Amino acid sequence: MAGYILRRLLQAIPVFFGTTFLIYFMVFAMPGDPILALFGDKTPSPALVAQLRAQYHLDQPFIVQYLIYIGGIFQGNFGISYSGQPVGDILLRTFPVTLRLAVIALFFETVFGIVVGLISGLRKGKLFDASSLVVSLILISLPIFVIAFVGQYVFGVQLGWARTTVGTGAPVQDLILPALVLASISFAQIVRLTRSSVIETSGLDFVRTAYSKGLSRNRIVPVHILRNSLIPVVTYLATDFGVLLVGATVTEGIFNVPGVGNTLYQAIIRSEGPTVVSFVTVMVLLYLIVNLIVDLLYGLLDPRIRYVK
Amino acid sequence: MSTPSPRTPDSSGTDARVPLLQITNLQVGFQTQSGVIPAVRGANITLHAGETLAIVGESGSGKSTTAHAIINLLPGSGKIMGGQILFDGQDLTKLSQKQMQEVRGKLIGFVPQDPMSNLNPVWSVGFQVQEAIRANGIAQGRADVKKHAIQVLKEAGLGDAEKRLKQFPHQFSGGMRQRVLIGIGLSSRPKLLIADEPTSALDVTVQRTILDNLEKLTRDTGTALLFITHDLGLAAERAEHLVVMYKGQVVESGPSKEILANPLHPYTQRLVAAAPSLASRRIQSSAHKLTELDYSATGVTEGLDLIETAEARAGQLAAAPKREDAIVVEHLTKVYKIRGNKEAFTAVDDVSFSIQRGTTTALVGESGSGKSTVAKMLLRLEDATHGEIRIDGTNTAPLKGKALLDLRRKMQPVFQDPYGSLDPLRNIGNTIGEPLNTHKVGDKKSRRDRVFELLEQVSLPRALASRYPNELSGGQRQRVAIARALALKPDIVILDEAVSALDVLVQAQILQLLSDLQTELDLTYLFITHDLAVVRVIADNVCVMQRGKIVETATTDEVFDNPRMEYTKELLNAIPGAGIALGV
Repeated sequence: MAGYILRRLLQAIPVFFGTTFLIYFMVFAMPGDPILALFGDKTPSPALVAQLRAQYHLDQPFIVQYLIYIGGIFQGNFGISYSGQPVGDILLRTFPVTLRLAVIALFFETVFGIVVGLISGLRKGKLFDASSLVVSLILISLPIFVIAFVGQYVFGVQLGWARTTVGTGAPVQDLILPALVLASISFAQIVRLTRSSVIETSGLDFVRTAYSKGLSRNRIVPVHILRNSLIPVVTYLATDFGVLLVGATVTEGIFNVPGVGNTLYQAIIRSEGPTVVSFVTVMVLLYLIVNLIVDLLYGLLDPRIRYVK
Repeated sequence: MSTPSPRTPDSSGTDARVPLLQITNLQVGFQTQSGVIPAVRGANITLHAGETLAIVGESGSGKSTTAHAIINLLPGSGKIMGGQILFDGQDLTKLSQKQMQEVRGKLIGFVPQDPMSNLNPVWSVGFQVQEAIRANGIAQGRADVKKHAIQVLKEAGLGDAEKRLKQFPHQFSGGMRQRVLIGIGLSSRPKLLIADEPTSALDVTVQRTILDNLEKLTRDTGTALLFITHDLGLAAERAEHLVVMYKGQVVESGPSKEILANPLHPYTQRLVAAAPSLASRRIQSSAHKLTELDYSATGVTEGLDLIETAEARAGQLAAAPKREDAIVVEHLTKVYKIRGNKEAFTAVDDVSFSIQRGTTTALVGESGSGKSTVAKMLLRLEDATHGEIRIDGTNTAPLKGKALLDLRRKMQPVFQDPYGSLDPLRNIGNTIGEPLNTHKVGDKKSRRDRVFELLEQVSLPRALASRYPNELSGGQRQRVAIARALALKPDIVILDEAVSALDVLVQAQILQLLSDLQTELDLTYLFITHDLAVVRVIADNVCVMQRGKIVETATTDEVFDNPRMEYTKELLNAIPGAGIALGV
């Protein structure tokens, strides 16, 4: 087990270098001069431009820029953003907020998604099932910003249950509404996935055998149906974490959450190499870790793929 | 078929005892969009305590549905529409699910058909046994339940049960899983055990030990056994009483030996004649000349033809001059490297045999003996590690491109599963015509004509060309697979368990078809099977494989009359029905 985890973590090393290199190159290859863009309509003095270029190493060839950046990372220095703040500080300030948002969203979609999906699957064709299918279809077909605005208007403005924007420090109670919005599409997917998985499992031979052993339905549903049905759902959660991070950008914009989304969006617009690469790399590493956790969870659920020691 | 059979259960002697299970006029239907489709139509079955009764019939005859109706576990939209199921004095059809829960497991045990799919893959075997023991209140407390579980598994034939409790189903072989399921079924000493084709998915030799064990356990505990099977030979060997079902009705019932010796209903007569296990048995007991047997009362055709053909062939072949070899296999070896394991696995070990043109050689062995790997290497779907395969004198290993395509044209496969080997999205005509397109044979019209010709050759109506696989029965699908194999006029056909998944009557028809086609088109067959009973009626020569090696090669007659190896004898003894004396 420990060997397996170690091997998986070692795999993250080439991924780290690959992603940083690729993203750095893409930012480098973006058209336009980021320094000139900083001055907008004004024409800066050539001396100032040259100084800024030297400060951000933009006068060096691409590969040198990249190596300087990577070298900095290993000394805990993620570079300086164009607004003059160390990128490391921005990371520390914004990532916990977005992570908190994503984890709350993940919690909502998993718990509600599985519960609703399970009931739908067990009551296939009944009213509950039909209405949950309709609701999930609506949620899937709506773009996330529509759901966000509707949620903001209904719960924030009309009912006054939640604040329309998130305050400083992003307290958990402020994040609940944005998290619900962020979770909505994945929730609908999980409902459908769980439902079809439960229906499929319910028809399998071993469920009939469980009944023939004299077990009660109350035991068969959680022990023999739910656990087996969760396997595809857990697999989905792994890829879904990435979707959550992407969705967070839009949701954070609407609810004014001081998270990764806004900062990253601005950095991309301004071609801020170190900022973009640092953010994306942290996201990639997070994604790798989440995938590792999900793979371990998968082995826990299904002994057939438990890892060889 | 509505005329009641003259032999009713009552006529087999008046019985004053109250039966343990009495099914009266049972009606089961399946709700579909186009109304209720009846699956069981007025079945009557009586079983006394401690006795063994077998329900025999082809798939779709309602035998499994009857069994599921008893414990009220009908699949999907199935419903009991009428009749009575009296068990120990109470009508099971009138019980609520809650009350039924008390009956299931505790009073009526159930052993399902497919051991591969009937254990939950995510729970340990021990967990699944203990759960049954706890649910039925056989034992309380952790230690006690565990002790009981070990005892149950040991009885069922798992000697090292203590060690294996924590293991998962995928770490068990099919036979061991079935032992676990039998253990679960019998764990609470039920009065009745329903075994639904308990060994159909297992190898013949395993089948035998499992059934012996089941017989012993039910005898020791005084449990009545309701045994469901499609194999008449097996049923007659294992059960005192037989119930023959056909299209949802009980067409005949009574003592096994009586039914076998003197089948009254035409369907039973056909079953008796067609069952390969019985047919081969009958050839063995050559005290009677087959054609002298009394089939006069009936329209027995398929089975008899089959035996006659087999006998006639044996005679002809002995007289015919020796022809050249179509297939020569020399020192064929296949080694698989296993990940994370230093030792390689030798699936096929120094196998050599040859097949004369126009003859059939059967490759026989249990699953895992390497027989399918040989077929894959012959077809060049796998490369051999060592050794040589020569088709018509040409070594096939170096062939590439056009030469390989030509080889494929000469040699065609038919696979086991008629459901899995046809593309559900292509109609039958396209499926059969596909090899013609691939090899660019003729123009559009001539291909069409060829498809019709092929359909006729395999005795299917032309209209089938525009139908889809899901509209066809298993037997029809296998005919389509054969037609596809014949499309390119091959010399050699490799039949990998080509009739194993079929019902006995259909099996007999397909075997007959294969035999006719061989005579007509001068085909060479390599017939791969685990079932020696089928070998008897189709093959000229037999190679017996065990653990990758050929342990015996001989003509079919030699193998059956005078098997040299212990393993071959074991396989022969495992043919169900081998132990019963036939009244004919």
